[in-house]
Amino acid sequence: MPEAPLRLDPLAQVAATGAPRALRSTAGALVLLLVIVAVAAPVLAPYDPARQVDPPAARYQPPGTTLALVERTDGSVLLANRVDRVPGGLKIERLGEPRMLAADEVANLTADGVADQRRFLLGTDGYGRDILSRMIYGARISLLVGSLSVALALTLGLAIGAAAATGPRWLDSVLMRGVDAFLAFPRLFLVLTLTVLLPPSTALVVVVLGMTSWMGLCRLVRAEILSLRERQFILAARSLGLHPLRILWRHLLPNALTPVLVQASLLIGDVILVESSLSFLGLGIQPPTASWGNMVAAGRDVLVTAWWVSTFPGLAIVLAVLAFNLLGDRVRDLLDPRTATDR
Amino acid sequence: MLSVALRRLAASVLLLFLVLTATFFLIHLAPGDPANVLTDARTTAESMARLRAVYGLDRPLPVQYLLWLRAVVLRFDWGVSITFGRPVAALLGDVLVPTALLGVTAMIVQYLVGIPLGVVAARRRGRVLDDSIRLVSLLLYSMPAFWMGLMAILLFSFTLPLFPAGHMHSIGADGLSPGARAWDLLTHLALPALTLGLGMAGATVRFVRNQMIEVLHEDYIRTARAKGLSERRVIWVHAMRNVLVPIVQLFGLSLPFLLNGTLVLEVVFSWPGLGRTTFQAILARDYPVILAATALTGALVVVGNLFADLLHAAVDPRVRARPRPGGPGGPGGPGRPAGLGNLDRPQPALVGPLTGREGADDA
Repeated sequence: MPEAPLRLDPLAQVAATGAPRALRSTAGALVLLLVIVAVAAPVLAPYDPARQVDPPAARYQPPGTTLALVERTDGSVLLANRVDRVPGGLKIERLGEPRMLAADEVANLTADGVADQRRFLLGTDGYGRDILSRMIYGARISLLVGSLSVALALTLGLAIGAAAATGPRWLDSVLMRGVDAFLAFPRLFLVLTLTVLLPPSTALVVVVLGMTSWMGLCRLVRAEILSLRERQFILAARSLGLHPLRILWRHLLPNALTPVLVQASLLIGDVILVESSLSFLGLGIQPPTASWGNMVAAGRDVLVTAWWVSTFPGLAIVLAVLAFNLLGDRVRDLLDPRTATDR
Repeated sequence: MLSVALRRLAASVLLLFLVLTATFFLIHLAPGDPANVLTDARTTAESMARLRAVYGLDRPLPVQYLLWLRAVVLRFDWGVSITFGRPVAALLGDVLVPTALLGVTAMIVQYLVGIPLGVVAARRRGRVLDDSIRLVSLLLYSMPAFWMGLMAILLFSFTLPLFPAGHMHSIGADGLSPGARAWDLLTHLALPALTLGLGMAGATVRFVRNQMIEVLHEDYIRTARAKGLSERRVIWVHAMRNVLVPIVQLFGLSLPFLLNGTLVLEVVFSWPGLGRTTFQAILARDYPVILAATALTGALVVVGNLFADLLHAAVDPRVRARPRPGGPGGPGGPGRPAGLGNLDRPQPALVGPLTGREGADDA
């Protein structure tokens, strides 16, 4: 029997969740900015986030430091606080000590010094790497882990939520009890135990975070399906004698999906927060891959002497999580005008 | 209500047992064991084998499991810590006190800050003050606890040397008078407790604000105002009673968050509590400690929720009268309060007309 899936107008549904209006806000702009930074990281980052250039001279430089970059003919690179062109060569000041380099030793010599310099807007870490560049690449990790974990959570939430809503009563009750149990358990303890057992990798972080954040989505899926089930078009489909799985797949799920997707995208902020905690504790994203959490951890021991190492990546986490939460707030306000600020 | 609570308790104990069993097999099946952690590359295979024999790690896994289970169930014996070399029960008993101290203090900060700010925001809804409070609370909610802790150390231990940067006591504090010792403890407690409490206050402010706004729409509030009661009385007596009811539930639900927070902040502040000890045990593959700590945190949450249920019944007459719709937290039950995360849609109205009338009666 040919059957056109009955659907509520998807565009109207998206509009009803408030997502489009919410996107046209400061929060939406912030999230968009994050995505752009993550995607365009190679273009935006001033330097390679992992390459160490003359670490002894570059390590723990405060924000705004500019160092002259001296390329030597033997291929090595020196960073100097000061360079002076003198007859016959270059006088450099590196690590507080003056040093002479003959003209034929320097590859990038110019008439009044050297051609290159390195400018560290947000300072450097203990390996002399540029913090700004690492933060820009860190946005990739945060968004990648955030979106992939949420995608996994969404899959689990849809499957389990649909099973609970459409399956037999006992299954519903077992699954929902399980969800309550999962919610009641201190998540970080669970996540830590899971991550320490297997060799650390970004994929493991994604899987563990995804497997521990599906519960709320599952509840929402179940609630959506339960309310849709009473709608006329589902009753009509049922009275036509369609197979329950077919009703689920072609009618219930597509119509439940929109609000669920909106909620799922807002979960990303929470996941970014947990990922950063995990990386801070040394069990998440492993160095040298830059993640905001492991960057904060790297600055912990030098908090007093090099405050910028921990401070800036932490600000990035706050900004990213705040952006997603603000967006979530907007959506909630538009869904429920009673708590909104604009009456 | 009591039977519901008991049924819930039984379900929780069963759940805890399942979680522990799963954890047991997970940690034992994963590659590597405590012997790897305790030794290095120079250790001979022979001494590794001896080490495993000492801890019973050489036996078949089901046998290890049954032995562990028998000890726990029959003698409540959780074994001996592999890294700390002490009985696990005594070890965890020692670290539970600092964590409880930290957690309870943080919760006091959370509610002392969160409730008044939430009420003020609700009363000034849509004004600059409301917007500012909302933004600040969202900022607190979005801040990673570990970073907040580090910034607190940077600002209030080093830049302004007001508080110590970590640990629970100063060196040599044992020799101090009781008063000075208490003061010493308090100064050490200040930063971690304030960090944790303020972080959690972010969610509380949002929750109280939204609840208060919802309650202020109720008819009985209009009645109270029409009777000419002062606004202060309407807010703090009539409306507050019904805002507090869901907060009691929030308390039970926020316990896992509290424990997560203590773990991270205990690591940051070198606070000798349950979280830090568990973290060290996880890193060292200290099986007995991991299992006992899992059981303990799970039990804490269960007891906290039970307490919240009983408290809820005490403040909300509807709960005493009949079980919650759909059974304990099950289908149809109230979801996670909206302030706690992004996941849930607007909180179903927990404050119905029944309590509404009840609140209006007392004037």
